[in-house]
Amino acid sequence: MTLDSIAIEGGFQNPVFDAQTIFRAVMQAMAEPGTIHKGIALAKPPAPLTPEAAAVALALCDQDTPIWLDPALAGDEAVRAWLAFHTGAPLANTPADAHFILAADPEHLIGLENFAQGSQEYPDRSATLVLQVNDLSGGEELVLDGPGIENEARLAPRPMPRHFTRQWAQNHARFPRGIDLILVSREGLAALPRSTRITSQEA
Amino acid sequence: MNAHTDNIAQYNFAYLDEQTKRMIRRAILKAIAIPGYQVPFASREMPMPYGWGTGGVQVTASVIGTDDVLKVIDQGADDTTNAVSIRAFFQKVANVEVTTHTADATIIQTRHRIPEEPLNAGQVLVYQVPIPEPLRFLEPRETETRKMHALEEYGLMHVKLYEDIAQHGHIATTFAYPVKVEGRYVMDPSPTPKFDNPKMHMSKALQLFGAGREKRIYAVPPYTRVESLDFEDHPFEVQTFDEPCALCGGTDVYLDEVVLDDRGGRMFVCSDTDNCEARRAEGHRGHLSGEEAAT
Ligand SMILES: [Zn+2]
Repeated sequence: MTLDSIAIEGGFQNPVFDAQTIFRAVMQAMAEPGTIHKGIALAKPPAPLTPEAAAVALALCDQDTPIWLDPALAGDEAVRAWLAFHTGAPLANTPADAHFILAADPEHLIGLENFAQGSQEYPDRSATLVLQVNDLSGGEELVLDGPGIENEARLAPRPMPRHFTRQWAQNHARFPRGIDLILVSREGLAALPRSTRITSQEA
Repeated sequence: MNAHTDNIAQYNFAYLDEQTKRMIRRAILKAIAIPGYQVPFASREMPMPYGWGTGGVQVTASVIGTDDVLKVIDQGADDTTNAVSIRAFFQKVANVEVTTHTADATIIQTRHRIPEEPLNAGQVLVYQVPIPEPLRFLEPRETETRKMHALEEYGLMHVKLYEDIAQHGHIATTFAYPVKVEGRYVMDPSPTPKFDNPKMHMSKALQLFGAGREKRIYAVPPYTRVESLDFEDHPFEVQTFDEPCALCGGTDVYLDEVVLDDRGGRMFVCSDTDNCEARRAEGHRGHLSGEEAAT
């Protein structure tokens, strides 16, 4: 298969309805942080972009949303071509210019403060980080608290960015500024909006 | 793709084009992440006038899917012109199932009321909002109100409420009574009666607010603190009614006054018609229910 044919294959089967179900999963995940949403519609992108991350990108990104790719994704020409064809989103020149960040290698991700945080007047002008992880329940357990959580929620994604708990505490401290996080894995997707606090991390 | 979805795909599902829906969906996600903050969005013209809740309609259109069950209320009733039109609109453009029963709905679009029946986890309540900015009547300039929210400068709002107390002996505001969300943003709860404010607090449902003319979307996630602004010496008081619903005998519900004749006869009945009917179906009766049934 040529690069061109890889690029045009692998979008949603039913673009309108698949985008709606993915959005609803992300919306519920964002509204109830820590909950895992399974059985989402998938796209078939070239590796190392995963079907789940690709589905989120197809549902939310377009020509109005510059994307920044971490080196693991940016280095792959087929991934870049696939995203360009299916979303129309331009690649951001710098991490700070991106509306969406797609990252395939969490452990080597640059610090969260490098991404757009929004302003105090317009905190919505901030980035959403879509992080590909291996799973959502096998890592160190994060205990979550905040809006959308009745008592407490737990999530154990892995692998995660270095010093993630500390980085997230800093992100939360910038509220209402800050980034929002969508975690995707074969298990499904979960989200941590900037309003979420990590109250403890079990070893 | 089955015949059902195939048929809908002939035109834009839920009326809006995909790019518009993506834009609104991104705004909704930001609104959820920053509870009570008003996210600007590029509001579209809808095939109905602004006063009909185009903001709410755009939010519903961006959220709704073929599996949803939609309920639309206006002043608590499912059968008003506005509610009937919006329900018919979504039946046509999204081919969704509709209901008048609060418990059966996955999405409830509303103007002026929150259903009496507590909402469930997973339900989405979409409010039609005319004026989203709670500080607007104090400060007409958007740049200034934005700054006030940014700096949490809400002193003027408290001064206004306190002027009420000085003038009336209590806070006179009974509709669109301002709330503070999760201890941070002061928010307009839309023109609901303050009777409904406590229902917003720690609701199990996701609450989304759409203002079409003003181009704003905001949200309150489930299990989020929503506190009505008040003072230690003048705490927030929920409205109470002197008599129960004339039809179902319900107390602790919001009542509308209905004029019965031109001799000054009147009665108070539930504003939430679905709740009233459900109560009567359970055998509850008000003092005029017999007479009502006879006419
Ligand atoms: Zn009643």
